[in-house]
Formats: sequence, structure tokens, C-alpha cells
Amino acid sequence: MNLLTGVLFLPLAAFVVALLLPRNSGAGRTWALLSSAGIFLASLGLLAYFDRNIGGEQFGVNIPWIQSPDIHFAISVNGVSLWLILLSTFLTPICVLISWNYIKDRAKEFYAFLLLLEFGLIGVFLAQDLFLFYVFWEVCLVPMYFLIGIWGHDRRIYAAVKFFLYTMAGSVLMLAAIIYLYVRTHTFSYPAIVDMLGSGRLVFSPNEEILLFLAFFIAFAIKVPLFPLHTWLPDAHVEAPSAGSVMLASVMLKMGTYSILHYCLPLFPGASHACAPWIAVLAIIGIIYGALVSLVQPNMKKLVAYSSVSHLGFVVLGIFTFEQAGLDGAVYQMLNHGISTGALFALVGLLYERRHSLEIKDYGGVATAAPWLSTVFLVTTLASIGLPLLNNFVGEFLVLQGTALANFTWTVWAALGVILSACYMLWMYQRVFYGELGDEVKHHMPDLNPREWAVVIPLIVMMVWMGVYSQSFLPPVTKNTAMILKQTSVNVSYRVQAPAGAKSVEVARAR
Amino acid sequence: MPANFGFNPTDLTRFLPEMLLAIFGTFLMVLDPILHKRASYAFGHLTILGLLAALGGSLVAYNRAGPAFGGMLVIDGYGTFFRVLVIAVGILTVLPSYRFLARQEAETSEYHALLLFSIAGQCLMVVANDLIMVFIGLEISSIASYVMAGYLRDDKRNNESALKYFLLGSFATGFFLYGVALIYGATGSVNLSTVRAQVLQQNAEPVLLAVAAALMFVGLGFKVSAAPFQIWAPDVYQGAPTPISGFLSAGPKAAAFAVFLRIFFTAFEPIGARWEPLVWGAALLSMCVGNFAALLQTNVKRMLAYSSIAHAGYVLVAITARSDDGAAALMFYMAAYAFMNIGAFAAVAYLSGKGDRFVNIEDFKGLAKKQPMAAGLFTIFLLSLIGVPLTGGFFGKFYIFRAALESHLVWLTVLGLLNSAVAAYYYLRILVMMYMHEPSEAAEAVEPLTTGLRLALVLPALGTLVLGIFPNWVLEFAGKSANIIR
Repeated sequence: MNLLTGVLFLPLAAFVVALLLPRNSGAGRTWALLSSAGIFLASLGLLAYFDRNIGGEQFGVNIPWIQSPDIHFAISVNGVSLWLILLSTFLTPICVLISWNYIKDRAKEFYAFLLLLEFGLIGVFLAQDLFLFYVFWEVCLVPMYFLIGIWGHDRRIYAAVKFFLYTMAGSVLMLAAIIYLYVRTHTFSYPAIVDMLGSGRLVFSPNEEILLFLAFFIAFAIKVPLFPLHTWLPDAHVEAPSAGSVMLASVMLKMGTYSILHYCLPLFPGASHACAPWIAVLAIIGIIYGALVSLVQPNMKKLVAYSSVSHLGFVVLGIFTFEQAGLDGAVYQMLNHGISTGALFALVGLLYERRHSLEIKDYGGVATAAPWLSTVFLVTTLASIGLPLLNNFVGEFLVLQGTALANFTWTVWAALGVILSACYMLWMYQRVFYGELGDEVKHHMPDLNPREWAVVIPLIVMMVWMGVYSQSFLPPVTKNTAMILKQTSVNVSYRVQAPAGAKSVEVARAR
Repeated sequence: MPANFGFNPTDLTRFLPEMLLAIFGTFLMVLDPILHKRASYAFGHLTILGLLAALGGSLVAYNRAGPAFGGMLVIDGYGTFFRVLVIAVGILTVLPSYRFLARQEAETSEYHALLLFSIAGQCLMVVANDLIMVFIGLEISSIASYVMAGYLRDDKRNNESALKYFLLGSFATGFFLYGVALIYGATGSVNLSTVRAQVLQQNAEPVLLAVAAALMFVGLGFKVSAAPFQIWAPDVYQGAPTPISGFLSAGPKAAAFAVFLRIFFTAFEPIGARWEPLVWGAALLSMCVGNFAALLQTNVKRMLAYSSIAHAGYVLVAITARSDDGAAALMFYMAAYAFMNIGAFAAVAYLSGKGDRFVNIEDFKGLAKKQPMAAGLFTIFLLSLIGVPLTGGFFGKFYIFRAALESHLVWLTVLGLLNSAVAAYYYLRILVMMYMHEPSEAAEAVEPLTTGLRLALVLPALGTLVLGIFPNWVLEFAGKSANIIR
């Protein structure tokens, strides 16, 4: 037992307590706020004790769970997952605050599910045992399904079921691949398998590797979501309540990108390299397609949802450049997207609470009625389109730098996405906040209240901090991504010596 | 073997659970005129007492493990595991029956006596090491089940259910018996160990043996409701009294699978390569037929019936693996399946109202608002049936597909897992109804949970979660018992 185990299980404990609270009282939200704030503080402790000078995993816990097959409760944290955990614990209290008055029906259950979701998300980022990883991966599905299905908008049931089935269909194939790996290696331990690969005790044939890679990658790509597997995302985002959208966009999508980085690359380096051009092309299509669809959306939430497809394309593209800058940028972009898109969903939620509409045409002139809300929205918009000094700029720059090193044509196409993002975001901002002030808007648009300030201030602070001084965040990330990059190339170069078939030799040479 | 049949007092100890069950069953029948209507719950209490005694009896018998009655029975870990399982299924069937029978005003002792007889038959089946004993156990279990399926005799659906079950079930037993006869012809014995020895020495006529194996496969395939012999299951489960539907889908099925595995892993193990494709096909067909047909159902009992066909398909995957791991996976899965399925049927029994008025999926609307606890527990069963981690259903599937992959059944694994994703859809529909709609007439009319029902829901839920979070103990026992079957 250590601090890490505490951070993981506190949300579960908070969930159980929340279930025991009396129904129909304000106790649920108060408890959720207090406990999630406490969990955030505990996770800050993790940050304080994290040794930034060494790469690799820290705070490791490894307890046998099931003897046969050999499954361990193995968790630890590295330079990338540390930030993603902090992102989850940071956003949960914010989600509680934005739901404060909005969720009235079955409030206790709502907050309980939110805490259960936090538990699952933290677990996914911590797990070092493939079986445990799968357990957490699926556990996340259940609370999100209920959050969308019970507290969502009109088409919530369709969206919730689609979300569940899409993810489930991807993850069963991953389960098959995980069991297959176990049958080959007789262990679920991720470090042990990577070690076996590195030392050459485990060698996949090229076909085997490609199939295993795809089984994992498709599960992750659905979650990211990578074009053309993205169709569940606009539905889920639009129909989810604000807190659900925030958690979905900010943290849940990162489950996919983090897992690609953490599992696909080191476990299947040859296949990753072989598939990289295809995946990069899909990522670029996603960037441009997402941006173009955003451009024509009449619905704000849908617009932000498609912009997520576009932003996440950058992350995937960065990972598959196999360049230090690309990987760093990808990770940084995961965090940026978590903050800025989370903020956008939260702000759209605030607009919805006031005007009860998500349609852009129902707004106009909001800047006159609610100047502070508009300012905050503007900062977030600018962050989202990658204005220098704000967070997204750093991530996009690094990704494009890495891409340029890998393949300059990709850079040109991806940069198009940056331009388009400015178009659709600013155009939406213009239509919503400027122009004629309608009566409806005028009477229903109070400015930010203290609770809402408490939501937006931490987010804005993070946007500026991450944009101005990325050195607070990047060094541990670089240590970890450098290690992943090394594992990826070491395992590939090993394959060149092994009689593994012409294909992987070719891949290594191409590098 | 009559030649070495000598009476041995330890044999009686090894036979203790069946004797206790039969005694309690008979006793209940005799009590009926004395107790009738005066103490309506007394029958239930007595039944539970009898089942608990039988549970103790199985443990005592396990302490004296070994063959009994000249090798006709063999009390081993495997048999004991299933004895305990079917007795536990019995207890979990009695619990929701209290309220169910009171609501139908049909509290007689036959119901409980038949239940005990049926369980006695299943206990006999799972420890039988002799095809005649298997047949006797099968008949005791089946005949009692036929009557129970039609227990509410004024109800049309109950009658239809019982008649269908009886007719098709008799056919199945007929097939099985024919197979037994051919085995006797081919090998000169009905003792599984002797048959195995004969097959190994290739003394048996191969064609005769293959036909016998195929006939037994058909007979047992009926009993476990595997496709293409599944036709009876939806009608029977839909028509039978709901707690009995739960019982039929767990108890007799577990016993039939236990026998299936024992026969095919001992006597027919040497010709495994020949029957493997047959079971492979039946497994895939059952999964597909069960899951895709369940997608279309609106009656929850019928949906659960198709789901149980699909689950029979998963279990057949374990048999296809033809390994000790497969046997252990089957044992674990049957335990997990018994808990989640009995629990699900108990939840349906709870909601259904007098005369099974509310068994449509629409009737579950808004149950979570009216009865959050019942809905929450039902959710656990459904998530387990889907195969979400931290539930027994997930681990069961996991072990089965691991065993399959270790036997290089890659395609069956992939198709099976994809099937389980399809299955998620129809289980989710019930969750959607319970949580995402406003309460319906049925949810409004639902009565508060009684103690019996509460136990009937909480105990299987605990079982499902324990098997999902701490499966070690059961798994270890299953693994240990699986490799001594042969």
C-alpha cells in the first residue's frame, strides 16, 4: 500500500459512501465535491513525491491477485500517466461544480457514477498488468453509459447504447489478443512482456504481430476516436450532460491515445512502424475532416465534438512520427485538449443552462449581456485554435515539428487543420457572442456567478501556465517518451538480426 | 458390475445427499395434508432445511471420496463441485418461490417435493460413473422438472410448457438411451472407465462407437439446450413459473453439462479428434442462434431463454478445448452462470405480478426509480451476463476463451467474443428500460421487497461479485478436480 494505491481507491471508497447517502438531498453533491477535491489533493502529493530525474515507472505496487492464471494487481505511474491522472482528478471536482444546479433528478446516483468513472479512469492509466488494464478499461464503460443514458438530452438512449456497443466490440478483440499474449508468454505483466521482447525471448512472426497490433489498435482507435471509427463520438458528446461531455472528451479519449503510446508501440514495434503510414494518413484525414465538419455544424456541442476528432488526429499523428518531438507533442496535446476542450464543453454547458439551447442560431450578442462569460470563452477559443502563449500552441508546434522530421508532406496537410480550426472556432464565437442581441438571450443571460468562476479560473490558469511555461510539465514526459522510443527501436532492430522475415527487416531499413 | 458388488457401509455415506433429498421430499409429500394452508411458508423452510442437510451431506461424502456401489458412482471433487452447485441452485430457487407461490395462491408441498426430487436426480447424475446410473439420474431429474414446468395447471402457458418439455425431453432421453445401448453392444460395458479402456485398446467397432457418441451428443445437446437442439427452450422457459424457469436454466443444465463433460472426457476422450468438429459447430451455432434470436425478443423470460442458449454455446467452447483447463473453465462458468441467471430470473419473478402479467421488457420501465435496490442487483446480473469485468460472468468467459486459445481454437475464440459484444445489446435494453425511462404501470405496482426475495437477489449478486473479484478459491478447486476426471 502506498500513496498511489490510495489515489486509485479513494474514488471507489467515495463512490460506495455516495451510494449510502440518503436520496433526494443535497448531500450527494456536497460529498462529491469534498471527496473529489480531497482526491485531487492526494494526487498532488503524488506529483510532489514523483522523482522527475528518473524515467520509467514509479510508486510500483505488485500484489498477486489470482494465482491461476497468474494475475497481479500491479500498478505504477510514469511521466505520462502522472499528468493524465492529475488531469482526471483535476477535472472531477470541476465536473461536480458544473453539475451543481443542473442535475436535479437522482442527483446522488449521478455523483456516485462520476466517482466510479474517476476510479476506472485512474486505473486505466496506472495498470501494469494487461488483465488489470482490461478490467479498468471496461469498468469505465459502465458509469459513462449511465451518465449519458440517464442524464443526457433527447437522443440519450441511442447515444449511450451506441457508445457502449462500439467500445465493447473493439475491446473484445483486444481481450482475445491479451489472452493470446498470455498463452504465448504465460504472464500478463506488461513490463515482463516488454522485457522478453527486448531480450529476444519472445519473437512474433510478422503476421502474428500485425494481427495482435490491430486487435489492440482498433480497440484504442475506437476510443480515440480515429477516422473512420469516430461516429459514436458526436452522438455521445452531444447527448451527454455537460459533466459527461467534459469527462468523455478530456480524459476518456486519452485512454485510447495513452494506450496506443504505452502498449502498441513497445509491444509491437515492427507492426507499428509498418502501419505508421496508413495510420498517419487516417489521422490527417481525421484532422481535416473533423475541422470541415465542425465548420458547418449548427450545434455548438457537435462543433466542439468534431473539433475533438480533429485535435485527436494531431495526437495520433504525433505518436506515429516516431520522433522525440512528435511523441512529446502528442502527450502534451493530450493534456492541452483535456484542459481546453474540457473548458469549451463546460462553457457550452453554462450557455445551455441559461438559454436551454445548443443551436448557434439561438444566440447572438451574448458579449453584451454577459461580458465576463464572453471573455472567458474567448480565451478558451484562442487556446483551442493554438494561439501562442496558450497551451495548444506548444503541443501543435511540437507535433508539427516531429511530423516535419518524419515526412514533410504530412506536415503541410496537418497544418491545414490548424488554419481550419481558427476558422470554425472564431466563426462560432462571432455568431454566438457578437451581433444582434435577441430578447431571449437578453433576459436569460446572467454573467458568471461565484460557482462558475470557480469552474473557469482553474481552467484558464492551466491554459496560460501550460502555454507560457511548458517546462513545468514536459521533462517527465520526455523521459518517458524517450524510453518508449528506445524500446520501440530496440525491439525493431532486434528483429533485423532474428530470422523473422523480410517484411520487418524492410521496416527497420526504412527508418 | 454385479460380480464385485458387495455392500459396504461407506457407500451409504457417499450416497448421503441423494438419500437426504429423497427423504425430505417424501416427508414433504406426507406433510401436505397435515400442514396444508395453515403454515404456508413451512414447506419452503423445510425444503431449505433439506437442501442445507444435503449440502452438508455432500461435504461429508467428499471426505470419504472414492467409488461407491461397485464403481457405479464415483465421488470425486468434480462430482462434489456439481452436487454443491445444483443444491445451491435449489436454495436460490426456493427463496423467490415463497412470494411467487403466495401470489399465485398455489402453495402446496408438491412444488417443493418435486424440486427436491429433481435435485436428487441431478446429484446422482453428476457423480455417476456408469451410463445406466446417468440415465436413472437424468430421468429422475427430468420427470420432476416436466411436472414443475406445468405446475400452475390452470395456466395455458404452463401446460404448453410442460407438454413441450416432456415430449422433446423424452425424445432426447430416448436418443441418449439408444446411445447407451450401442455402447454396451460395442464394448460390452456401460461403466465409463471400462468403456474408455476398451476404446483405448481399439476393441470397439469404430462405426458403432461413432454412432453411439453422436446419439449421446444429441441427447445431451437437448438437455443443455445447445443448437440445433434448442427449439424447446424458449417456449418452456417462457411458459414455466418464473422461479422454475430460473431453476431449469441452471440446475438441470449444470448437471447435464457435468455429465456431458464426464462422458466425453473419459469414455470418448480417445476419439476426441473425431467429435471435436461436431462440438465446435454446435458451440458456434448456439452462440449465434441464441444471441441473434434474443435481439428480437420483447418478452424478458424468452430473451433470457435465448441468452441461456447462447451461454450453452460458450460452455461448449470449453468442451471443444479438450483440456483440463477447459474442464476447469466449464466448472467455473457453470457456477458463475448459475448465480447470474438464477438471480436474473428471480428479479423477473419479483416484478412479474400475479399470473406473470408483467414480463415484457416495457414493464421494466423506471424500475430503478421505484425499487433502486432491486434494479441495482438486477443490473449486476445483467452486467455479468454481458461479461463486464469484476463479475463472475466475465471471469467465466475469460477462462473459457483462454482454454480455447491454449488449444489453438483461434477462430472460435474470436467469433465467440464478437458474439458476446452482440449480446451486450439485448441486455442493455433492459438496463435502458430500468434506468432511462419513466416508471410504467408494472413498476408502479411493484410490491416492496420481502425478506425471501431480498435474499433471492442479494445472495446470487454476492456470488456473482465474489466469483468476479476473488475467484481464486473456486478456481483452485475446479483446477484441482478437473485433472482427476480421467
